[in-house]
Amino acid sequence: MSAPTPSHSSGLGDRMRQLRAQGVRGYLAAWRRRQLTEGLGPAPAVLALLLIWTVFQILDSNFLSPRNLSNLSVDIVGLGLIATGLVFVLLLGEIDLSVGAASGLSAALFAVLNVRHGMSEPLAVLCAVAAACAAGALHGYIFARLGVPAFAVTLAAALAWNGLMAALLGGSGTLSFDDEGLVAKLTSHHFGHPAAAYSLAALATGLYFLAARRRSRAQRASGTQSSSVGEIAARTAALGLIAFAAAAVLNQYQGLPLAFLLFLLIVAGLDYVLRRTAYGRQVYALGGSVEVARRAGLNVAAVRVSVFAVSGTLAALGGLFLASRTSTVGLSSAPVILLISAIAAAVIGGTSLFGGRGRTWSALLGILVIQSIASGMALLGIPAAIQLVITAGVLLIAVIADSLARHARLTHTPGADQDRYPSGAGGRLGSGTQ
Amino acid sequence: MTQASAPPLLALRGVHKSFGAVHALTDVELEIRSGEVVAVMGDSGAGKSTLVKVIAGVEPADAGAFRWKGRPVDLARPHHTRDLGIAAVYQDSALCHNLDVVGNLFLGSEIRRLGVLDEGTMGRRTRSLLDSLPVQIPDVRAPVASLSSDQLQIVSVARALLGEPELLLLDEPTQALDTRQVSNLLDLVERLRDDGLGVLLISHTMGDIKAVADRVAVLRLGRNNGVFDVNTTPHEQIISAITGATDHAVSQRTANREEYGP
Repeated sequence: MSAPTPSHSSGLGDRMRQLRAQGVRGYLAAWRRRQLTEGLGPAPAVLALLLIWTVFQILDSNFLSPRNLSNLSVDIVGLGLIATGLVFVLLLGEIDLSVGAASGLSAALFAVLNVRHGMSEPLAVLCAVAAACAAGALHGYIFARLGVPAFAVTLAAALAWNGLMAALLGGSGTLSFDDEGLVAKLTSHHFGHPAAAYSLAALATGLYFLAARRRSRAQRASGTQSSSVGEIAARTAALGLIAFAAAAVLNQYQGLPLAFLLFLLIVAGLDYVLRRTAYGRQVYALGGSVEVARRAGLNVAAVRVSVFAVSGTLAALGGLFLASRTSTVGLSSAPVILLISAIAAAVIGGTSLFGGRGRTWSALLGILVIQSIASGMALLGIPAAIQLVITAGVLLIAVIADSLARHARLTHTPGADQDRYPSGAGGRLGSGTQ
Repeated sequence: MTQASAPPLLALRGVHKSFGAVHALTDVELEIRSGEVVAVMGDSGAGKSTLVKVIAGVEPADAGAFRWKGRPVDLARPHHTRDLGIAAVYQDSALCHNLDVVGNLFLGSEIRRLGVLDEGTMGRRTRSLLDSLPVQIPDVRAPVASLSSDQLQIVSVARALLGEPELLLLDEPTQALDTRQVSNLLDLVERLRDDGLGVLLISHTMGDIKAVADRVAVLRLGRNNGVFDVNTTPHEQIISAITGATDHAVSQRTANREEYGP
């Protein structure tokens, strides 16, 4: 492949082939480092998003209207929170199939406590979230302590929670709650004053700059090549541009949506936990190699239980945001579709199914892709059934890309995955990547 | 030298370890003193790696008595043994491929400031530790998946040395290295010994052991099969203990059945 070809004698076909080989190799070299730490990373999802937005804007000029984008920023929150919780589980290399059912159950629990038993909204929210957190911890306990595969535990749990939700809601299967109340306001409230959105954009840009500079300083301290001031400034400027553009668009409609603000805060906060605390380091370590983590003295079971508790908690929050949109809890909201969409969001955003690679931001990015497709197709009047097929296609592409990236890792590096996948699991596709 | 006065750094008596029906270690005893390199030799499956894992607390023994500087201790959890001052380098490089070098070195003992990882301090300490070791690691922020096998090996050693242990367990540390790197690593072992560490070195290579070890403990089929002074015992005697040509009475029957060459 790398054999030098004589410059003139080679025909156009040869040169094309060479160029392509170099292109692929150049691409691999450039992405290798990121791949190794973060999986494929966010770039494919960003490109997909740009493509989707361009196509839908051409097909329907209302797509990028402030109104539609503002609705989009609220629509993504429910599923996005569920996907954020799943990122934690995926980082372990595990799966939680109960998040759709858990989100429905906690929304139902809230509605029943609030409407039928007259419990105040904040208290009912607290109970619903605590119940889902406990359920998640229970899944984690059965997985970590009793050694049942996570997919089996959470599959059983999904069925159980779905049944329990139906039992709670009773005959009609739907329950409406106060559409002026706290939970309804989660998605209906907007900060109308333009300053709100702009200060959030300024804050985000500033925090990003500080974080980048801190990382660069830490790199210099360990004698590693660090990003230059110019590079940091350029990236901060790019982020600032996006942030202020988004703020301007939101301000043209109803201002900064409360739901979107909360979503950003949760994603950023959990990213901080994963990347800057010892707990987060343990989560990544477990995704890298359970045996190594155990030998290092980590409490593997405790980390696993906590991760499933996080997943349950965020599923509950997501369920409340989903219910908030219509002020109704109903059995009709199919938990399987919620589940698949949430998994799709996390993976499309760049979190690996194989563990150890990914960030909470991938949930935000991935759910933007999925919800943009849904929103665009709704504008064009395409039936929901077709949307499912398209979403499934995008998920499949993301999963294939994730698998190919892992194969590339296994075949190109001596130290990768050897403890998780012994005896050259990547060999089969090795020749395909050359 | 001071053998009579000070108790050994670590003494094992009557250690048993089974995996299901397989007896990996039977009634094993071993002593390691400070400032001494004890080699453990034996055929594949003799229980060498299991012994390392038992001492490190990764695979706790089913039975046995352990004394640390004369005091009875329990080696049941990895962090117990780490707190005592025991560190291990395992045969299968024990690193998380998705973390960078710094993350791997400090895994399980991260330096925190105000509850948050102190990457600056951890990076500086990683740099200075690695600079004192024989293999160059240019980028400590690189994920270990991008390192070569000798670099991985040295990162594992660095990880073990980070907690400034008093007893270092090395399971086949020279396996992935070329000749020059092996001699660098053996120099390091000598340096550590001279600093007063006890070192338990597992190796297949008689050359490595002749170079640095003071005593050789031979394991055969999970049992002790003699402890030899490296400087006064001929090669052949150690080899025959390993292969079973000379044996403790207990494993005599087995040895009779499978005849090895001299």
